[in-house]
Amino acid sequence: MSALLSAERVTRRFGGLTAVDCVSLSLEEGKITGLIGPNGAGKTTFFAMISGFSPPDAGQVFFDGTEVTGLPAHKICDLGLVRTFQIVQPFVGLSVLENIAVGSHRLHARRADALAHARGVAKATGMAGMIDRAAATLTVAGRKRLELARALATQPKMILLDEVMAGLNPTEIEEIIPVIRSIRDGGVTVVLIEHVMAAVMQLAEELHVLSQGKLIASGAPAEIAADPQVIEAYLGEGAARRLAGTTHA
Amino acid sequence: MKALIVGVGAAALIALPFATQSDYLLNFAITTLLLAYLGQSWNVLGGYGGQFSFGHALFFGTGAYATAVLQTKAGINPYLTLPVAMAAGGAVGGLVGALSFRYGLKGSYFALVTLAFAEVFRILASAAPFTGGGAGLLIPLDVRAANLQFADKSSFYYLALAMVAGSILIAWGLERSRFGARLVALRENESSASALGVPVFRVKLLAITLSGAMAALGGSFYAQYFLYLDPSIAYGAGMSVEILLAAIVGGVGTIFGPLVGAIALHGVGEAAKSVTGGAPGLNLALYGLILILIVRLMPQGLTGWVGRRG
Repeated sequence: MSALLSAERVTRRFGGLTAVDCVSLSLEEGKITGLIGPNGAGKTTFFAMISGFSPPDAGQVFFDGTEVTGLPAHKICDLGLVRTFQIVQPFVGLSVLENIAVGSHRLHARRADALAHARGVAKATGMAGMIDRAAATLTVAGRKRLELARALATQPKMILLDEVMAGLNPTEIEEIIPVIRSIRDGGVTVVLIEHVMAAVMQLAEELHVLSQGKLIASGAPAEIAADPQVIEAYLGEGAARRLAGTTHA
Repeated sequence: MKALIVGVGAAALIALPFATQSDYLLNFAITTLLLAYLGQSWNVLGGYGGQFSFGHALFFGTGAYATAVLQTKAGINPYLTLPVAMAAGGAVGGLVGALSFRYGLKGSYFALVTLAFAEVFRILASAAPFTGGGAGLLIPLDVRAANLQFADKSSFYYLALAMVAGSILIAWGLERSRFGARLVALRENESSASALGVPVFRVKLLAITLSGAMAALGGSFYAQYFLYLDPSIAYGAGMSVEILLAAIVGGVGTIFGPLVGAIALHGVGEAAKSVTGGAPGLNLALYGLILILIVRLMPQGLTGWVGRRG
């Protein structure tokens, strides 16, 4: 397994706040990797930096053997790295199929080819029944799924999913988990930012934990769940010790 | 149903000169078609691309002056001035686009920049010697088909109709091409579009260049039809507003919106004149009132309003 994406000492500051502080990590090809951490840890900022939406103030990003630091988003997308948005941003005036076709157009120049490809993507992501609906009429779950389908339609090598499960009910989460797994099985490397821990534990093969802009832990999900530093980042100082105390008592 | 309406409409437009020889009616039809054509040029950028220009006279006037100046000052055949006019309109569009889109100007800021550029060109045209200054330019009367001047209005009519048909084909093409799909995508949401690989700046730049070249050809037609031009006709805000009104009243981002809008605008204008009789200014007040009602009651324009009911 080789690293498809590696970030080297990337930093992003907003005024006096360092949102991402000198983070280095590599994301391996063919895996589902989770990026977790408490609110405000810098996860979305990290996504924005590697996908070209918010260039890092310092550090370098390499994707698939090329340096992509500071490249505009559409060029990074052209190299095969695509992101979704935590706050969904559908093309509200268009139908579901037209939304997906915008992504399909990356590799399909002809309209008919793009629409045909978009139909296939809609089917693969469970949206086949709603391709003619206006994107504006979709539920939250539908919009999240559309966000994913559109990104997938660009036929990326790596897809960055920013909280695609937030706001979904347990049934909807159960429905989207196999979709994400099938994306990985289709050869696309998946990186998830997710707060729904049950889903992350099911899906991810590797986890990276950010807290206050710093990378505090990396490893397999089971190790991470037991890592005292991680528990403290979520629950406060001393929490790991207290938790250990209760289980031993 | 839609195909039937389009077919009947097209047949009626083609047959019109056979039905009437009245100069008044044909003149009305020609100016309406010209407005429909100009509205479509605006629609390419404003309707499909969501970049509302308030200064489309900038491109219209540039085309008009290109044709008029090259003819009167350099003795170039008017047909040969047409590609030059389009290139000039496209170049001005590209320049304004490069300046405003490079710095991410959107919405009202972009609108103001286009308005300002049109005003700058109006003032320059009033001052420059080769444009004839404020007195304007008169293209000498020399009625020959080889000179792009026709004795009968029906020739101009068919010329204008062909331009409208061409502009509708362009809009039709936009709805069936990657370029058009990307243009609409960036209108709906720029960050999403760029996340999905749409080169936002380049697509906008192409759209304003195309729009500018189209509008410039409309200007050339105006110059050949009226054989007279002055800075406030060519670059005046009145023209800019009429162009964008045609597209907005008809329905932005639709194939037939500008044509429907132009017919409605000119129709309402003429009707207001005949209803109010001789009372000076009253027709304009009525015209304004009707416009307000249309925009208030049909925010998606006439075609959008009909579409929701059909």
